[in-house]
Amino acid sequence: MAKNQRWELRLYVAGQTPKSVLALKNITRYCRENLEGKYSIEVIDLLVRPQLAEGDQIFAIPTLVRKIPEPIRKIIGDLSNEERVLVGLNIRPVSPKIKA
Amino acid sequence: MPKIQQKSSIPKTKTGISGLDEICGGGFPKGRPTLICGSAGCGKTLLATQFLVKGITERNEPGVFMSFEESMDDLTQNVSSLGFDLDKLIREKKLKIDQVRVEKSEIEETGEYDLEGIFIRLNYAIDSIGAKNVVLDTIESLFSGIENTAVLRSEIHRLFQWLKKKGVTAIITGERGESSLTRQGLEEYVSDCVILLDFRVIDQIATRRLRIVKYRGSTHGTNEYPFLIDEYGISVIPITSLKLEHKSTDEILSTGLPALDNLFAKRGLFRGGSTLVTGTAGTAKTIIGGYFAQSSCRRKEPVLYFSFEESPDQLLRNLLSVNINLKPYVKSKLLTIHASRPSLQGLEMHLLLLHRLIGQHQPKTVIIDPISSLISIGSNSEVRAMLVRLMDLLKGNQINALFTSLTHQEKDEFKDATVDAVSSLADTWINMSNEDVNGLRVRNLLVYKSRGMGHFNNSCSFKITDKGISFLSANSIQPVSGS
Repeated sequence: MAKNQRWELRLYVAGQTPKSVLALKNITRYCRENLEGKYSIEVIDLLVRPQLAEGDQIFAIPTLVRKIPEPIRKIIGDLSNEERVLVGLNIRPVSPKIKA
Repeated sequence: MPKIQQKSSIPKTKTGISGLDEICGGGFPKGRPTLICGSAGCGKTLLATQFLVKGITERNEPGVFMSFEESMDDLTQNVSSLGFDLDKLIREKKLKIDQVRVEKSEIEETGEYDLEGIFIRLNYAIDSIGAKNVVLDTIESLFSGIENTAVLRSEIHRLFQWLKKKGVTAIITGERGESSLTRQGLEEYVSDCVILLDFRVIDQIATRRLRIVKYRGSTHGTNEYPFLIDEYGISVIPITSLKLEHKSTDEILSTGLPALDNLFAKRGLFRGGSTLVTGTAGTAKTIIGGYFAQSSCRRKEPVLYFSFEESPDQLLRNLLSVNINLKPYVKSKLLTIHASRPSLQGLEMHLLLLHRLIGQHQPKTVIIDPISSLISIGSNSEVRAMLVRLMDLLKGNQINALFTSLTHQEKDEFKDATVDAVSSLADTWINMSNEDVNGLRVRNLLVYKSRGMGHFNNSCSFKITDKGISFLSANSIQPVSGS
């Protein structure tokens, strides 16, 4: 993957439900740890903007959509399993050992 | 003081499918979900689409179609052959199609989730056009895309409750399962109305059938009803109208052959009656039919002639040879001849065609020549059921009907299935026969029965000349005094 690859993520939620709050907390942490400075997370509350659900084919809440890099990937759920999320988004984890 | 609750059935929404309202006791339950299940290709999507489209075009009730299978383009194309222009309805903001596409390959599941997204989309679609009717086709597809079926089940259950609360009339389609009505047992969640569609091929002729499995709070027909899919969409044919409420008149009409009229005490037949003419091959049944048609045309009453053995030209030519000239009536459109091979279509198709032509031409007289041809394409009970439906239709519209029926040699005419089916329904039964007398063929005509009037009880000999049928002796029953 190119070094200057940017990551654009979208998190679809429906109000401040525990699942959504947890999902946002989780993905923010994963990104901070593994994609420092190379990511943006846009949170879309479908209760406020329901018209956006159709475009990204959202059926489950919460849903994380990787818009860039392509192809589009989706992860549904509260994102509590870090490994699955990183594999699903195809993010190479930054090993804590190397970091140190 | 509370109002006294009037005893009434639950509110209904018309189904938009001709014949189905009668079976459902008025339509689908209004503001509640209805489950339509059946195997692949049995017409679920079409039925649902027709309901939605007719709701828009006939009652101006906007509708939402949420598809879990077909794309909008596919759907639009599939129903355009039925004259449904979905694009136009979408442009007019009367219809909203939302395809829920679940690509398993691009979805990862981790942690807890719910299907609120579907609720939001549905809610948005409904509110954006003020929809009254909703179709979910086929929500079970989600089972192949989502791993957590426990969540899926509880969410589908919640969705149906939500639909009810939203007050929309919903059609949910489901694929037939092996041991249950639907693969995922949706019938457990939809308890108000369940309709089962079925598609069978018997003797190489495909028949579609529909049955109402359950309808809470409403009476409904319990039979299996044949239905058709053709260029007008789906139509269901109720097998029998449940009551015998045909009006009857005292008006007498001529058969077109005065000598034949004289065999009846009232010098003719009742209007709106049905007449059966039986006989072996070559006993002049069609000629009687020709007289019947001519008589109706002379009264300026339109005739619809179904010919299952002869083409219109052939029929006209042959009748002309016995001095029955129907050609002018064809020209003046009083007489419509519809010729087709019985085996061309299934019985239901024939019946529907009869229905439609009768609706189009509004005939006062219908001739089916011969009705026995139809037996070649169905089992006895089906033919009987179809004839009952046909008789109902004709009687209900006060149409004079004449059926000819080919019977076979020897004395088995009473065992003949068509005769068996029609003779009990027909008001008048005339039998034609040929006899060998000293090497000479003698034609005979005998009135077997005539409801509501006396008739001549002897066999009458007749001959056929280029002037038509003429009886060899003047036979006549005493006219009814004072009539």
